[in-house]
Amino acid sequence: MNVRLYLLQRATAAIMVPLVLGHLAVIYYATRGGLTAADILARTRGSIGWGAFYGLFVLAAAIHGAIGVRTIASEWAGLRGGKLDLLMWSFGLTLAALGLRAMAAVLLP
Amino acid sequence: MAMAMAIEVSIWRGRANGRYQTFTVPLDQSQTVLDVVTWVQRKLDPTLAYRFACRVGMCGSCAMTVNGRPRWTCRTHISKVVEAGRVEIGPLANMPIIKDLVCDMAEFFAKWQRAKGAFAPGKSRHDPIERISPAAAERVAADAAIECINCAVCYAACDTVRWNENYLGPAALNRAWTLVNDVRDAGQRERLAALAADGGCHACHSHHSCQEHCPKALSPVRSIAGLKRRSLEAYVRGEL
Amino acid sequence: MKSHTTAHRKSGLWIAAMVHRLSGLALACFLPLHFLALGLAIDGEAQLDRFLAWTANPWVKLAETTLVFLLTVHLLGGVRVLLLETLPWREGHKQLATAAVAAAALAAIAFLVRAA
Repeated sequence: MNVRLYLLQRATAAIMVPLVLGHLAVIYYATRGGLTAADILARTRGSIGWGAFYGLFVLAAAIHGAIGVRTIASEWAGLRGGKLDLLMWSFGLTLAALGLRAMAAVLLP
Repeated sequence: MAMAMAIEVSIWRGRANGRYQTFTVPLDQSQTVLDVVTWVQRKLDPTLAYRFACRVGMCGSCAMTVNGRPRWTCRTHISKVVEAGRVEIGPLANMPIIKDLVCDMAEFFAKWQRAKGAFAPGKSRHDPIERISPAAAERVAADAAIECINCAVCYAACDTVRWNENYLGPAALNRAWTLVNDVRDAGQRERLAALAADGGCHACHSHHSCQEHCPKALSPVRSIAGLKRRSLEAYVRGEL
Repeated sequence: MKSHTTAHRKSGLWIAAMVHRLSGLALACFLPLHFLALGLAIDGEAQLDRFLAWTANPWVKLAETTLVFLLTVHLLGGVRVLLLETLPWREGHKQLATAAVAAAALAAIAFLVRAA
């Protein structure tokens, strides 16, 4: 961990504080009477607001998670150097790609 | 009463692949862990290796692991740590063992150098002496961290040190914090750059083990939090 | 060897850091699955509905409750770390960490009661 990774991880953490609170509120609201696809999609399809909310969330989580996984792999699995960076980038990019794909699935009309 | 009693003392022998050897030591009044180790060396086995110098909690050379906890042994009464008539004494963790209770502190002190833990002078003898008010914020911050005796108890207690061989560790960073708050120091940019690098202050996970174990009741984790802020600010301003 | 220090691992704030790390790791493992599940909607509403029907299973509800706990405890633990690192130093982090775990447990129970 150096200052650049530290800044990225703490900044994405701070960004996600309100996003996680919002997401928890959605979870409580959405599960009030069982989840249905129609319910979810009615909320999300074509919504610019939800698109911005979850787009930011997905990117922040991908960066934050990738740096966290990097630290754990370094400290607990002894990974160093190029392998460590490869793990961080592949985890982050996979998470971002899967997240954006999921958003496309529920946002695009 | 205490004179008649004896305890079983298990002491680490050899290097990393060594083992514990058990000795029976008579209890005495006001006896420290260091007294017990000295008694074993003087009366039972003169080949036992251990370090001490001042015996009064100033020099920081006698730290050992006592029942799984790093401690300064000259200021720890044996009566406080004996459990069911037994006590286990090993070398400090996170450093290579040279022999018995003596560990190699070369890396520990090399990290003080890497953390720029030495004052960088910026003036000559012709300059007037700088006046530092004891009430100045920087002086107060440095004072809170200055009493370190380099005993490496915090270094042995820190899991981030255990997991990351690059990490400078709580003692070196605490020292750097006192210098970051020294307004006379002329090497702040280099120091902050060293502290912001891989293995520097941002590797700390705030486990607080340093603060819990420091025999001088210092709080390296607090100093490190200060360093994280100070070097982050410098980085954001583009100074690093 | 046993003299490799162990005492510090009984301390509340060391445990808090482990809770933070393990909850983060668990969330990192869960997130790809979460995204894949939502991605089912690419193949139409019916696909997603089939998956959602499976989540009505009580064991899945329990797993979801755990996830709510993990997310909340990671959020609150993370806020504590951000405060520790950005504000002037304060003691009392043990109490804050305990409160974070308690609040996360309450949030998870509230979710379970509502979802059940």
